[in-house]
Amino acid sequence: MKPADKQAYLEEYELLKKKGKPFFPYAVMKDSAMMLLVAAVIIAMSIVLGAEQGPKADPTSTTYVPRPEWYFFFLFELLRVIKPPELVPIATIGIPTICMVLLLLLPFYDRGPERNPIRRPIATTAGVMTIVAMAYLTFLGATGGSPTEIEMEVAPRYEAGKEIVAGAGCLACHKIGENGGTIGPELTHIAQLVPRAAIVRSVEIGPDIMPSYRDLPPKKLNELADFLSSLD
Amino acid sequence: MKLDSLIPAPLRKPAKPGEGNGAKGAAPADLKTAPPERPTDTKKLADRAVEAPVDALAWVDQRTAASGFLTGMLFRKVPKGTNWFYTLGSATLFAFIVQAITGVFLAMFYTPSTTQAYASISHINNEVFLGAFVHGLHKWGSSVMVILIFLHMGRTFFFGAYKYPRELNWVIGVVLLILTMTMAFTGYLLPFDQRSFWASVVGININGTGPVVGPYLSDFLRAGPELGATTLSRFYAIHMLLVPGAIIALIGAHLYLVVKLGTTAPPWLKAKKPKAAAPVSQLNASANGSDK
Repeated sequence: MKPADKQAYLEEYELLKKKGKPFFPYAVMKDSAMMLLVAAVIIAMSIVLGAEQGPKADPTSTTYVPRPEWYFFFLFELLRVIKPPELVPIATIGIPTICMVLLLLLPFYDRGPERNPIRRPIATTAGVMTIVAMAYLTFLGATGGSPTEIEMEVAPRYEAGKEIVAGAGCLACHKIGENGGTIGPELTHIAQLVPRAAIVRSVEIGPDIMPSYRDLPPKKLNELADFLSSLD
Repeated sequence: MKLDSLIPAPLRKPAKPGEGNGAKGAAPADLKTAPPERPTDTKKLADRAVEAPVDALAWVDQRTAASGFLTGMLFRKVPKGTNWFYTLGSATLFAFIVQAITGVFLAMFYTPSTTQAYASISHINNEVFLGAFVHGLHKWGSSVMVILIFLHMGRTFFFGAYKYPRELNWVIGVVLLILTMTMAFTGYLLPFDQRSFWASVVGININGTGPVVGPYLSDFLRAGPELGATTLSRFYAIHMLLVPGAIIALIGAHLYLVVKLGTTAPPWLKAKKPKAAAPVSQLNASANGSDK
């Protein structure tokens, strides 16, 4: 912004300010009305939604699905969207850090005199796109899969088995496709290595540190085995 | 002006020159036949008692010169076109005040230890008078504050309000945003249930994957090899001492600059220039005249 632009802005502002109304009581009334609305919303949320406790923290449990508070969903999703391990630091700290620095320094690189959003197409587009991206990632985090979801395309007849595997907590230890842990052996191509009968036996017995799933109803066990023995 | 009767005398807007000080009527024609009434001692005392609060205010004002600042702040003009979008900042401030007050009451009953934190929250929820309500206000107030601060920032961004001469206030605002997210992150662990515990584990691990300072940051936050007692007390100290202090100080600076520089007018408004484009020095000189 050139010195002449600055001077023009100050003159313009002085004129608009002189045509304005006193802060008290006009702006104060609007502010107070808004504050009352905020108070009403918070009180209503407290009464309706409450502040219930979940189960007590248990550092030894490995099946609990970790999820952040909703306002960090976009960061959480960024981590899930970007899969290759060497890119993870960029996704988690790199992108947010760059965004924060860009945000902090905004007035120092956007120095044009124009203030009307319609006549600042680049800034307005960037702002809208940022909002859309964050809203989309937050939406993904809110609806889309928790880590108990297997993001893998399977034939419809294996869908039921996939749901059982996802719901039974297998992913806490086993990796299937893009999801799951590394404590147990990867199951993405398990059918190449182990016949169906052996899979069923492992699930029932629970070899080594794996818990036994003997209590699974036979129908579910069957569907689960169908799904796992289709992975080749 | 009706408003004047509501405001203590020292804070009232001073009368314009020549408008008088409120004393009305001529002096009595003949002081000999109608002498002014001589007040009794009780009346004098009563008068002085009535004046006492104003005297006390005047006493404070003489020593602080606060009235000049207060009248300047209250009666400063906000530009034409100021609309509901401009209430988002004070709404965020209000949400912060709600968090501060409810936080104080929660701190009276909360114990930041891994063995007692969960039980103290149960105690707040089930036994303390209005405990569940205040806990709910604090929990949901945090979400409301995060939403409001983002809306306030959006308004500032799209209205171009971060431009000259308000660049510094934008920077302070972004730091306040980061501090608010820090509050949200550190506060989430305190209830110490499964959800908060594992969310904090994930959050700390995410910090650890960052470049250069990442591992140090996660070590600092975790305060040990595993998330445990020291982590909890560290999060508690950050959540209720370090960050709130910084937020209060920066809100002070933020508001000072708002009053000093004035709030912006909506960017689509253009002031009608007076017929002869007068230089700014003359405009200032004719500030008393109306320009409508």
